[in-house]
Amino acid sequence: MTELIDFISKNLQLIYILILAIFIGVEVIKNIPAVLHTPLMSGANALSGVVIVGAILVLLHADPNNIVALILGSLAIILGIINVVGGFAVTNRMLQMFKKKRK
Amino acid sequence: MSITLSILYLIATITFIIGLKLLGHPETAKKGNLIAASGMGLAIIGTIFLHELEVSNFIYALIGGSILFGAIIGWLIAIKVEMTKMPELVSLFNGFGGASAALIGIVEFGHNLGNTTQIIPIIAAIVIGSITFSGSMIAWAKLNGTMWKDIRLPKYNIINNLFFLGLLIFSAFIVWSNTNSNLIVYGLLLAALVYGVLFVIPIGGADMPVVISLLNSLTGIAAAITGVLYGNMVMIVGGILVGSAGLILTFAMCVAMNRSLANVIFGAFGGDETAPAENGKKGGTIRKTNPSDVAVMMNYSDKVIIVPGYGLAVAQAQHVIHELEELLTKKGVEVSYAIHPVAGRMPGHMNVLLAESNVDYDKLIDMDDINPQFSNTDVVLVVGANDVVNPAAHNDPASPIYGMPILDVENAKSIIINKRTMNPGYAGIENELFFNQKTSMLFGDAKATIQELLSELKGMQ
Repeated sequence: MTELIDFISKNLQLIYILILAIFIGVEVIKNIPAVLHTPLMSGANALSGVVIVGAILVLLHADPNNIVALILGSLAIILGIINVVGGFAVTNRMLQMFKKKRK
Repeated sequence: MSITLSILYLIATITFIIGLKLLGHPETAKKGNLIAASGMGLAIIGTIFLHELEVSNFIYALIGGSILFGAIIGWLIAIKVEMTKMPELVSLFNGFGGASAALIGIVEFGHNLGNTTQIIPIIAAIVIGSITFSGSMIAWAKLNGTMWKDIRLPKYNIINNLFFLGLLIFSAFIVWSNTNSNLIVYGLLLAALVYGVLFVIPIGGADMPVVISLLNSLTGIAAAITGVLYGNMVMIVGGILVGSAGLILTFAMCVAMNRSLANVIFGAFGGDETAPAENGKKGGTIRKTNPSDVAVMMNYSDKVIIVPGYGLAVAQAQHVIHELEELLTKKGVEVSYAIHPVAGRMPGHMNVLLAESNVDYDKLIDMDDINPQFSNTDVVLVVGANDVVNPAAHNDPASPIYGMPILDVENAKSIIINKRTMNPGYAGIENELFFNQKTSMLFGDAKATIQELLSELKGMQ
């Protein structure tokens, strides 16, 4: 029990952020018309590519002689950026089509 | 971390929230996407340049090269992909995000020998990241049709759940034992990858969108966990946003199909239940028709509703159907499209496909709004849709889609169904609508058939 309290007091800020972010996510997405579900899904998917920030940090902290870390880190960056660039680009392409019809 | 970088991350986080919010309205969606994308760009550039570390040029070159390489690939895929392939694409990109998180976890495990507080997020990133990766790849292969539809090991539910439990215990053991053995972590990676495969393989085709959305949500969580590892706010908040938004979207889809999430994950869909399908087959004889008869019917109608399905998109018939709609409108016929929430291969997919061929989105009517209109409709033209118009959802409790809200096309005066053959739909269920007295079957490739219908109509006054 003391360990749990210890853990909570150490990570209190983090817990606040988690809870607030969960609610923001739910509130922001609620009541979105079905028309936009596909673009929304691919847009949210692009956002999850934020993991690339971690991949960059891996390489920044990597020992230049640690070949394995360098290879895996680069691979993580490549996969992450494909997720980001591809995700945003394809979402944009889809939404462009919705725009066009408002002549 | 420098204060400039912290502020940059704060700005990026706000753009994510605003971007997601704007994505929720047709008018602002495009702007929302661009805002979120620019925030992401800021976060990436800031991470590379605003740190206080000694970093060699070699590392910079490696980072820059990787980003350039991946960005070009991502861009090319995004501009080349066909809109019918959207679900596959989302699942592919999603898998990449998961793999990225798992790789970060692996590298950090090597850096982090014997540090207890960091080990939990590391292990979680590896496990969740790999499950999302292998799960998404299977989902991609299934949607792509390159893989057998669904494979169910005997007692797959028990096997999967035991496997998952084992995975949790294995993870807990690594955390508790504070091991630094790379071998054990590779074992964990492998086990998580296998679980991802086992998790998605038994899930039926029609439930794939729900799975993709769920996996999307998981990738967000993996990103957030990786963020905890670095105490990086933009990753934590961005990841959690995607996680909770993805979950809401998952539930919205389940509601549209009248299935619980547990049912999707643990229930068999359209697989074992062959009995009701057999009954359906006895439903009677079908009536065939041809394009010129249909043209006559439509020419003298007041109101026509088109029900587009995925088959329409596969046949690339979006453009001819739009031409048909324009021609009929010119002739004074009221035409609209009935869009089921899960028409296509994922929610909202059909809207995208029709938007691609310039269909005015005021003509795309949602299920709840169009259902009362069927009773005063002269002709309903169903193109390449099947399960979303299957009355079994209303009146056959034994059917796997029983309870799913459908388009009530049977209330219309006459129903034309364009299909290539009598094969059952994606979910593999027979459709008694085909045997309805008001139904005429218009067999043939959607594009060619509608083209023929179009030229017949053009010749009429």
